[in-house]
Amino acid sequence: MNKNFDRRDFLKTGGIAVAGSFVLPSMLTSCFSSPGSASPLSYQLSDYLDHFGVTQNDITEVIAQGLSRGGDYCDLYFQHSMNNSIALEDNSVNRAFSNVSFGVGIRVLSGEQTGYSYTEDITLGSMKTAALTAANIADGPAGAKVLPMAEKALPSYYKINTPWEDVSINKKIPLLQSLNDQVFSLDDRIVKTNVFFGDNTSYILFANSEGVIACDYQPMSQVSVSCVAEQNGQVEQNGFNISGRNDIELFTQSNLDRVAKEAVQGTVLLFDAVAPRAGQMPVVLGAGSSGILLHEAIGHGMEADFNRREESIFSDKIGKRVAEPFVNIIDDGTVPHHRGSINIDDEGNDTQKTSMVEDGILTSYLHDRISAKHYGVKPTGNGRRESFRHMPLPRMRNTYMTNGPHKKEEIIESVDYGIFAESFTNGQVKIGAGDFTFYVKQGYLIEDGKITQPIKDVNIIGNGPKVLKDIVMVADDMEMSEGGWTCGKGGQGVPASMGQPTVKVSSITVGGVNA
Amino acid sequence: MNNKERMELAQWANDFALKKGASQAAVSISRSRAVQVEVREQRVETIRESTENSLNLQIFRDNKYSGHSTNNLNKRQLERFISDAVEATRYLSADEDRLLTDPALYPEDISKDLGLVDSRYDEVSPEFRIETAMKIEQLLRDGYSDVLSANGRFNDNTSESVRVHSNGFRGEHAATYFGCGASVTIMDQGSRPAGSFFAGTRFLDSLPAPDYLAQQSLKDVLRQRGQGSVASGRYNMIVDNRIGGNLIWRYFQPMNARNIQQRNSFLEGKIGERIGSEKFTIIDDPLIKGGLGSRHFDSDGIASRKRVMIEKGILKSYFIDNYYGRKLDLTPNGGSSSNVLMEYGDKNQDQIIASQDNAILITSFNGGNANSTTGDFSFGISGQLIEKGKIVRAVNEMNISGNFRNLWNQLAETGNDPYPYSSMHSPTLVFNDVDFSGM
Repeated sequence: MNKNFDRRDFLKTGGIAVAGSFVLPSMLTSCFSSPGSASPLSYQLSDYLDHFGVTQNDITEVIAQGLSRGGDYCDLYFQHSMNNSIALEDNSVNRAFSNVSFGVGIRVLSGEQTGYSYTEDITLGSMKTAALTAANIADGPAGAKVLPMAEKALPSYYKINTPWEDVSINKKIPLLQSLNDQVFSLDDRIVKTNVFFGDNTSYILFANSEGVIACDYQPMSQVSVSCVAEQNGQVEQNGFNISGRNDIELFTQSNLDRVAKEAVQGTVLLFDAVAPRAGQMPVVLGAGSSGILLHEAIGHGMEADFNRREESIFSDKIGKRVAEPFVNIIDDGTVPHHRGSINIDDEGNDTQKTSMVEDGILTSYLHDRISAKHYGVKPTGNGRRESFRHMPLPRMRNTYMTNGPHKKEEIIESVDYGIFAESFTNGQVKIGAGDFTFYVKQGYLIEDGKITQPIKDVNIIGNGPKVLKDIVMVADDMEMSEGGWTCGKGGQGVPASMGQPTVKVSSITVGGVNA
Repeated sequence: MNNKERMELAQWANDFALKKGASQAAVSISRSRAVQVEVREQRVETIRESTENSLNLQIFRDNKYSGHSTNNLNKRQLERFISDAVEATRYLSADEDRLLTDPALYPEDISKDLGLVDSRYDEVSPEFRIETAMKIEQLLRDGYSDVLSANGRFNDNTSESVRVHSNGFRGEHAATYFGCGASVTIMDQGSRPAGSFFAGTRFLDSLPAPDYLAQQSLKDVLRQRGQGSVASGRYNMIVDNRIGGNLIWRYFQPMNARNIQQRNSFLEGKIGERIGSEKFTIIDDPLIKGGLGSRHFDSDGIASRKRVMIEKGILKSYFIDNYYGRKLDLTPNGGSSSNVLMEYGDKNQDQIIASQDNAILITSFNGGNANSTTGDFSFGISGQLIEKGKIVRAVNEMNISGNFRNLWNQLAETGNDPYPYSSMHSPTLVFNDVDFSGM
């Protein structure tokens, strides 16, 4: 049989893991050449080349085409991505969805200029045509050389035991059903529940004109529960989700129990919620997903594309004090199994742990290849993209603040009137003005140093540099968020995570009612 | 592949799904080509060109349902894809409402030209795109002395698609789109406010001139100079026509049949009841010539028709798709909005501002959210403080909060200025006594 054709045949059709569970394991062992590579988890570079039906010579030829108009750098990003989801509504698992996506993105850089094209047809002819389109960002004779390929060895921040392609739909259905039953058993005010399981698998092959070639297998999973409760005619809705670069082991009984419990408790609590006063007040952010504060208040503004264009409020603040000495903020691609972790960034650079604020001093932007060159620094491994259809941009990975000197209890006790924000749904920032917001789905009032009534649906707005200065207390209870965060920028969504200890901001504007 | 060939492939995929055991199937196949050019400092910063294919497949097997998509249209590989999809569906739970749309709801005739395709699309040259973006960028720099960063953009796309349902529906859709935009960042006392203006149309000739785009973008940024928050309190709220659609779209979530059926809507059981002031009228018209939301049918194949959703404050209809329509025992009318029109007043925004004593004109929302179950909302905002009919200062870092049950009853006036470059043709909106939080 024609080996390559059949492998690609498997690849492109095999993505339908909702059904793939019935066919894939045998396909894998029969089609891949290396006996030791029966599982995609142990694929070698040669398997990835086979997977995409290309040779290193093909890649070199396409890169040369990309550089043919005078560009100084070219990279290829091959991706085969498979998404599966299955959901329960009205007590039955009655819907499933899958998506398979396959293609290669070709980027050519000429200084800070970018030409980008992609093709869904991975043949030498189509790739060369796309490369020529991207090449047109430059306008001159070919100059840059294509260096010989050397495989880059990668770390492993999301090792899993079972590829999602091997997980039968039958294995998921009872888990969804039991989660549903559990939600209803926890509180008889629950009237509706939605349960969702999603998984994604991405095979990535990357190569560039500097001779880097690398491959990565990127898993992702998510479980989420949303419920609606009714009490005396009042209806409330809330939910809870967890996500990470995991296999089905994320769906342990204890995790599922916790998701059900958090979703139910978070919903019925809202029956007693009140609106806070409108205006500026102290805000205490609970440990964990309140790291959204960092993501919006500083993280986006530190992405170096905004800074090299002088569009960010942080453009002139490197080396300056921006916060109290006990404030340390890190963007880290190496946190095991977290959503924002990457073994390599999407433009071939090492992932790393990047310190943005050290002892209150602004230390480093988050760079992609273009901005690192602009500033004459090493890339920080923040060049990320949504898929082969998109060009990389500086993006956050897992952004968190490390522990500080205070205790959660003393922080709460220090507030006369303010709010304690516990769970969040979304945030946003204006890069240049520095205004950022995040939406508190649920929290509490703090009155006379004590947590009192619950609050809900409150937007908080502040100014990034000002709020950093106003972080007056940081506790020693840092937690990472386990939620399914997706960060949007320039029309691209990438998975990200965040974390924070309990933090007090002395004054920030809270949406509420006026007396 | 042209639409005729796509139609043949979709029919084949449909037949193949039935052969493999599906009771019913729906297949849509689309192709879109997009080009985007961005210019900064009179140099092309990015050029992006792409062509994307997609096949979407919905399988109905003995009242069990699943949906699948792929960008691989190779027939041999689709055979495997479809076989697996049909097989997988077998394991799901049956649901008696999982059926294709009733053929009585399909359109009888989709031959009328909705004016969605600019026949000159292929004449747009790479040079023209770059020149347009260059011109916008230069105008931004020329328009103000302290520009930190300016960006001119031109983008366009063309798309074609077909849809085939196994119970008789066959439809085609094609459209072109042109967009251009201007964004600019300036220095203002340590802050770097940014302004922007984007316009999108079906026809190249309908795009506004680069001068207009640059002028609007500069207006957007210059009016932010000196911004700060003002005292918390109740102000009349004027919402700029460019962003009124954001508020309206939020209101569509509780009008969605799924949210009604799932008890996630404060509008459950409110058909025929007053949910807003006399000024609040929403008409959804999918058949407007050249409209950005125009279509002959929706993703269920349901025939498009003009719908009055809210009439002078009375809720007339939900957005009802095929599945949740069956669940709620309501006739499906299309599950999503298309071109949204309101009842327009007789004043422009300047006249409205002149008529207000103590108000805030919102020119930008910044984050926030709305709860479709309860109606609670809270959004960050920036804009202009108005006192005695005049703009007195720029405001930012403020929130508005309240409940949609009340807010739309506070709608006091609509402008005569429907925003033309969106499918949401919102006018300037005026609401009385809204809670603002600031200083």
